[in-house]
Amino acid sequence: MDELVLDGNAAAGALAEIYGDDMTTVLAECASCGRVDPIGGLVAFVHAPGIVLRCTACATVMIRIVQTPSRTRIDVRAKRIPPPPETAR
Amino acid sequence: MPQPFITRGFVGKRQDAGGAAGRIPPGQHLVKDFPVLSAGPTPRADLRTWTFRIEGLVKEPAQWSWDEFRELPAQDFTKDISCVTKWTKLDTHWRGVSVDVLLEHVDLDRSAAFVTAFSDGGYTTNIPLPELLNGQAFVAYEYDGKPLAPEHGGPARLVVPQLYFWKSAKWVRGLRLMERDQPGFWESLGYNNHGDPWKEERYSGD
Ligand SMILES: [Zn+2]
Repeated sequence: MDELVLDGNAAAGALAEIYGDDMTTVLAECASCGRVDPIGGLVAFVHAPGIVLRCTACATVMIRIVQTPSRTRIDVRAKRIPPPPETAR
Repeated sequence: MPQPFITRGFVGKRQDAGGAAGRIPPGQHLVKDFPVLSAGPTPRADLRTWTFRIEGLVKEPAQWSWDEFRELPAQDFTKDISCVTKWTKLDTHWRGVSVDVLLEHVDLDRSAAFVTAFSDGGYTTNIPLPELLNGQAFVAYEYDGKPLAPEHGGPARLVVPQLYFWKSAKWVRGLRLMERDQPGFWESLGYNNHGDPWKEERYSGD
């Protein structure tokens, strides 16, 4: 049985909370293979302790998001994406 | 005459919980199924090239092929497991090799105090060395009498049942002994370095 594969739109709410704007059409470039996709088109894994968005070509981690009771944290590995606000790092 | 009602209520409650009272850590709920959680695609390991390795603060690293690993003394384990996403599953049945057995094959440096478990797909998690000793942790390759399914971490996963289950690295390929704690995949983004469900150590700094 393969896992349910979602796309980056599954992270739209969490990303909007962090950036204060819709991020799904923003382009992200894989730091490993150079593939460029809109964030909404990345491969998303949400059945985990956090949200992981990966490259559609090589599965390299591009964005990780963890929502704790007190804050939302993001780690951006992909290029081209605007840096997240200080409070979310 | 309230006495019979109290007795009945007490018995009924115990039955509802399936004898689970006292075995479910705070903030957790019981599940019967085995939820699949994944931070990435399920790797399909080639058992001809698969290895398990112990490295870092050891005199000589140890490494086993799949066949060699299966020759190691194995044990059956029945354990309760708790995921940080708040489910707890009781009496899960595993077969695998105790970490104690694996560590018999290396000379540990006296400064070794923490372990990073590393996996196919790049996942890592950090665990204090004492949590892996004295029969507490094992590398499992069977679940419920069958080869461990890939979605549950097969061919082999680390199981550290007394910690939240993200510490029980799926698709594990080795243990790295270290002097200092090095936050892993989830720990580096806010999850707890220790992760004891009974103390609800879910996050760091919360
Ligand atoms: Zn890529």
